[in-house]
Amino acid sequence: MTSIDICGIEKNFGSVSVLKGIDLSVASGEFVVLVGPSGCGKSTLLRLIAGLEDASAGEIRIGDRVVNDLAPKDRDIAMVFQSYALYPHMTVRDNMSYSLRLRRTPKQMIVEAVAKAGAKLGLQSLEDRKPRQLSGGQRQRVAMGRAIVRKPKAFLFDEPLSNLDARLREQMRFEIRKLHRELGATSVYVTHDQIEAMTMADRIVAMNGGIIQQVGTPLDLYDDPANRFVAEFIGSPAMNFLDARLSSNAGTFGLQVGNQTICALPPPPGLPTDGRVTAGIRPENLFMGGGASSVAARVELVEPTGVGTVVHLELGGQFLKLFTTERPKVAIGEVVRIAVRAKDIRMFHPETEARVR
Amino acid sequence: MRPLTLRRTGYWTFHYLLVAIYVAVALFPLFWMLKVSVTPNDLLYTEGVRFWPSRTTFAHYTSVIRNTEFPLFFLNSCIVSALTSIFTTLVAAAAGYAFSRFAFHGKFWIVGLMLVTQMFPLVMIIAPIFRLFAPIGLTNSLFGLVIIYTTFNVPFASFLMQTFFDAIPKELEEAAMIDGASRFVALRQIVLPLTLPGIAATLGFVFTAAWGELLFALMLNSTSRATTFPVGLLSFVSKFSVDFGQMTAAGILALLPVCVFFFLIQRHLVQGLTAGAVKG
Repeated sequence: MTSIDICGIEKNFGSVSVLKGIDLSVASGEFVVLVGPSGCGKSTLLRLIAGLEDASAGEIRIGDRVVNDLAPKDRDIAMVFQSYALYPHMTVRDNMSYSLRLRRTPKQMIVEAVAKAGAKLGLQSLEDRKPRQLSGGQRQRVAMGRAIVRKPKAFLFDEPLSNLDARLREQMRFEIRKLHRELGATSVYVTHDQIEAMTMADRIVAMNGGIIQQVGTPLDLYDDPANRFVAEFIGSPAMNFLDARLSSNAGTFGLQVGNQTICALPPPPGLPTDGRVTAGIRPENLFMGGGASSVAARVELVEPTGVGTVVHLELGGQFLKLFTTERPKVAIGEVVRIAVRAKDIRMFHPETEARVR
Repeated sequence: MRPLTLRRTGYWTFHYLLVAIYVAVALFPLFWMLKVSVTPNDLLYTEGVRFWPSRTTFAHYTSVIRNTEFPLFFLNSCIVSALTSIFTTLVAAAAGYAFSRFAFHGKFWIVGLMLVTQMFPLVMIIAPIFRLFAPIGLTNSLFGLVIIYTTFNVPFASFLMQTFFDAIPKELEEAAMIDGASRFVALRQIVLPLTLPGIAATLGFVFTAAWGELLFALMLNSTSRATTFPVGLLSFVSKFSVDFGQMTAAGILALLPVCVFFFLIQRHLVQGLTAGAVKG
């Protein structure tokens, strides 16, 4: 197995700068997920690793080899595409064995390798079919089979599950993870789906505007986001952001939303002098009821999800969501008391959007 | 329910009627050619307008094959059309692939220039071409015709091929390159098999264009050694009469290679001409 090291990578398409100085190390055997909205540069970064695009600046190493000038075929990597990119004129067997045939692997070994990969992915009965005779999920498996049939140094996944329906996606998520555990191969996985990122990654790389925003384990990013972008992107339902003001009152600070004080806080450093702050509160950290420190909010909408209930609230002209695993009996328009613990509030600079700790 | 079904039936009847009328109008001259070609000379002007002569003969055909130079013209046309369609398709496939896959300096101007060549009537450039070709021995030469036809068919054929390459997802080549193929191997093993319908369509298009070309064939060649069949057909028109029987027989014979050619490629062709119409 092999590590991947990315050092100061930049990529420009004409005058458009898509990647602006990316540094990232993927350890041997690690499953790293690049996540971000469309156009954040995550797919471009993957294509640079694959050798399908040339870097404008910087260095990419696979193992201890600098691969910037190596053709894709010489990098010994495998890639699964969003469109699967199966060869339409070849059978499943020929699709899977294509890379081995190009390497002039002995016939017997090809047969064994294809059979083994086919068995692993449940494709045995489909080997003589053409891609157009397969369902979306089956095509996806063939694309996976094509990747694992030769043992590459690293796997690259470019949104491989985007074209599947929700149930199949969940199942394939599990299978890809299981496959990774069995093969232990270094993997870089690109997705715009934060649930995929959270559930699959050893480490998540959150990207936006061609810049890495934060790198860490899924729970790191969830609990301790580096900035408002990461806080907003990770988690569903998404984090609430409230324009608030910190006011000091006899030594303690209070977080004011509108004219209500939502929580008492220890004095935080690094805030604007006027006390303005963006308060980030995850919906599941808000709770109904509470004593003296609770505030009044009006119910706008109640969404039962089965697992729990999402209650949309209005608080001093701002909107927020509350998630509870209970089934509260509240009516639209009703005024309820809500509260949050001080440790569950993340504060962000209102202008720079950086985390204030 | 019922009025709707009636309306549908009416609609389809009308639809098929229109198609039938079109097919009849389009094929009628062919039928008339066939009819005249099997009508004996003595009945040609004596029977009036009839759909089929009272007596038929193949004398015109035997006469054309035995007594005229038509077999030679026929062979010349075959050589010119086959070479033209092969050369044009080779060049057009390469150019179309480049247009489809690469961004390179001057692409805009090259495409523009190729479009410009399609804009003016060929009659305009016959004189300069004759002037160019005569000193280097390309007049009275089949090869001269192949050069001209290839040159003038390449632009359109390239654009045609480009659309076929555009229809093949880039990821297929990328997947092949990651699987261990060079760009050339990916082109040969992945892209080319998928472009066969496009290649067939281009071959067919160029073959028929070269097969029926009259202007250059007439102006650049004056010996029968290098005469193609459309020019040969004109030889049945003399100063005082037209030998309609032989002319139509020759015309029917000239249709045969094109029919054979299209029969051979038709399976690919239908696929090719409708490619991209439905995504999938």
